[in-house]
Amino acid sequence: MSDRIYPDEPASGFPEPPVEFEDREGRAIEVRAYEDGDEEALVEMYDEFDPADRAQGIPPSTEDRIRDWLELIVDEGHNVIAWHDDAVAGHATLVPDGAEAYELAIFVTQEYQRAGIGGRLIRALLGYGASQDVEHVWLTVERWNRAAVALYEDVGFERSGTESFELEMSLRLD
Amino acid sequence: MKVLLGIGGSDESQRALDETVARAAETDDELTIAIFEKPGVERDPDEIEATARERLDEAGVDATIRHLEGDPGSKLVQIAEADGYDQLVIGGGEVSPMGKIQLGSITEFVLLNAQVTVKLVR
Repeated sequence: MSDRIYPDEPASGFPEPPVEFEDREGRAIEVRAYEDGDEEALVEMYDEFDPADRAQGIPPSTEDRIRDWLELIVDEGHNVIAWHDDAVAGHATLVPDGAEAYELAIFVTQEYQRAGIGGRLIRALLGYGASQDVEHVWLTVERWNRAAVALYEDVGFERSGTESFELEMSLRLD
Repeated sequence: MKVLLGIGGSDESQRALDETVARAAETDDELTIAIFEKPGVERDPDEIEATARERLDEAGVDATIRHLEGDPGSKLVQIAEADGYDQLVIGGGEVSPMGKIQLGSITEFVLLNAQVTVKLVR
């Protein structure tokens, strides 16, 4: 995938976690980098994830598959988690693609959606990624998912590559 | 059943080949394998054909093999409809590093245009 196009201008100014804020429902949310021991909380979050909110086959739908999937993401990727007390409100990850770039994904739990958490979470992930020397980031998104596309464009992602059911977008970090 | 399998040398095509040949061995489907060139795939059509023949021999399945020129999606749909196939089989998508299923432009064209039943192999 080395033929992927990236924006000429790098995106910058993303905050490094921890990031604390109040969401639109007045809940105190803290975004922190993934730490050892957080995995069970992620398994629980994805095990309870609404199947209707799955995208392109992830998260997987059974606990065994979720554990396999998370193992790769936690071992290889850069991860941040949005916490509301002990509950996981959201998780975002950068997974290396083997070609010096990272694939991004972000999930917000149903009861925490539409509260402004996604935007804070992705910014904190990009701030964390920049601190870990990540430079090239890409993602795919179902092209009818306008809310997600708008969120990605808002932080600087630009459309790249060919479009089919999924739209591919990329971003360069400073 | 008269089945047209389209393969382009990617991993998803390999799974579609394995599955379709295995099924043809059980069902006596009348199978045609159409080989197309796909951008970004290193294996050339002759290598793809050799793999397909190997798989057919192992399974003891007879099939017609043909090579497509031009746009793969539209060619597959055209042949499936013109030659009276019951089913058009293609790969069910690539998987990204983090496990997302990605359907390419060939799959999209086939799904949106074919008047015959389409099967995606995962």
